[in-house]
Amino acid sequence: MVIAIVVLILVVRAFYVPSDFGIQARGYTFGFHRLGNEQDWKSFPSKYKNRDYCKDCHEEKVSSLATSKHSIIQCENCHGAAFNHPEDPEKLAINRSRDLCIRCHSQLVTPSSGRSAIPGIDPATHNPDTACVECHNPHHPNLEDM
Amino acid sequence: MKRRDFLKSTAVFVSGATLSLSALEILEPGEVLAANPDLRWGFLVDTYKCVGCGFCVKACKIENEIPLDAKVTRTWVERYVMTKEGKIWIDSPMGGLNGFTSKEMDENAAGMEKIADGDITKAFFVPKLCNHCSNPPCVQVCPVGATYQTADGVVLVDRTWCIGCGYCIMGCPYGARFFHPVVHTADKCTFCYHRITKGGNTACAQACPFGARRIGNLRDPRDPVAKAVLNQRVGILREEFGTNPNAYYIGLDKEVR
Repeated sequence: MVIAIVVLILVVRAFYVPSDFGIQARGYTFGFHRLGNEQDWKSFPSKYKNRDYCKDCHEEKVSSLATSKHSIIQCENCHGAAFNHPEDPEKLAINRSRDLCIRCHSQLVTPSSGRSAIPGIDPATHNPDTACVECHNPHHPNLEDM
Repeated sequence: MKRRDFLKSTAVFVSGATLSLSALEILEPGEVLAANPDLRWGFLVDTYKCVGCGFCVKACKIENEIPLDAKVTRTWVERYVMTKEGKIWIDSPMGGLNGFTSKEMDENAAGMEKIADGDITKAFFVPKLCNHCSNPPCVQVCPVGATYQTADGVVLVDRTWCIGCGYCIMGCPYGARFFHPVVHTADKCTFCYHRITKGGNTACAQACPFGARRIGNLRDPRDPVAKAVLNQRVGILREEFGTNPNAYYIGLDKEVR
């Protein structure tokens, strides 16, 4: 009976466990896995492209921002992840909300962080009912240009 | 010339002549390594540069299909505020997904805590993610071989093999693992394995406007991240656990856990 169960388990195991399952590069302790899963993760679909991808079509727009203080921000942080744009989606949903701007520009007391070097406002008192983009140009945010 | 001297100098000459010229060429250790770079992914966080905008968290969640409204995340940002009385406040509302926009600290069940501006001595942000430890305790405890480390040092989870027992989530001293609410397996940061293995950047590092997050090859002496880890003052989290993390931090404070 016991032998039958053992044989049964071994037979099931032979069919159930993939052939590439075993001890890989990092040894038994850290590398005991199905090797094919590394390829699975490598082929995971990417959503975010990058500024260079945007530049392929929107060259004028991207280069005109080169001198802006906001040029350090990736296009996709505000315009949304590209996915397979321009095919799918054809248009990206731009985030123009106050919530986006105050991620950096809500003034906090952070003496040990780069945050304190960024111009900030108190969102509760600084024109609370107005969208930031009504007055500030998000691409060229210099106050002198307002 | 005595016979003894003759034999001696002959021996010296013969052994000298048999050395090939290439054996005498002087090589910089860096050159040798750079010609044959091994690959070991490492991460560098500069906490001085982090402003707590949370763009990294948002990009990570969208890139890696983690529901935005679920209270789990592969990377998160913590805010540390220290006061004159020596009190330490830490918060991370929704992992910093929507940035830090309020002066009030989110103390969960204890409610929101407003700290007077004048009382604050230190305040800063610390982005966190999986450390991809060289001795990953989460991998050791997996009973089925569903989580593992690749040859280039990235700790991954096999979603088809994971039984969702949760040992690894308990085993991680950094709280970097969680139960994926949609896939129903253990989940964690992959260093964006699908991006870095194709020469790209991680979604979080790319989204960071300030260069506070960077990924690189720790084995390549010409890599900017490897250089910074070698030449600058960097710290790691919870050294006492012996996990040998591969995420390094510039400007780590002793209160950061």
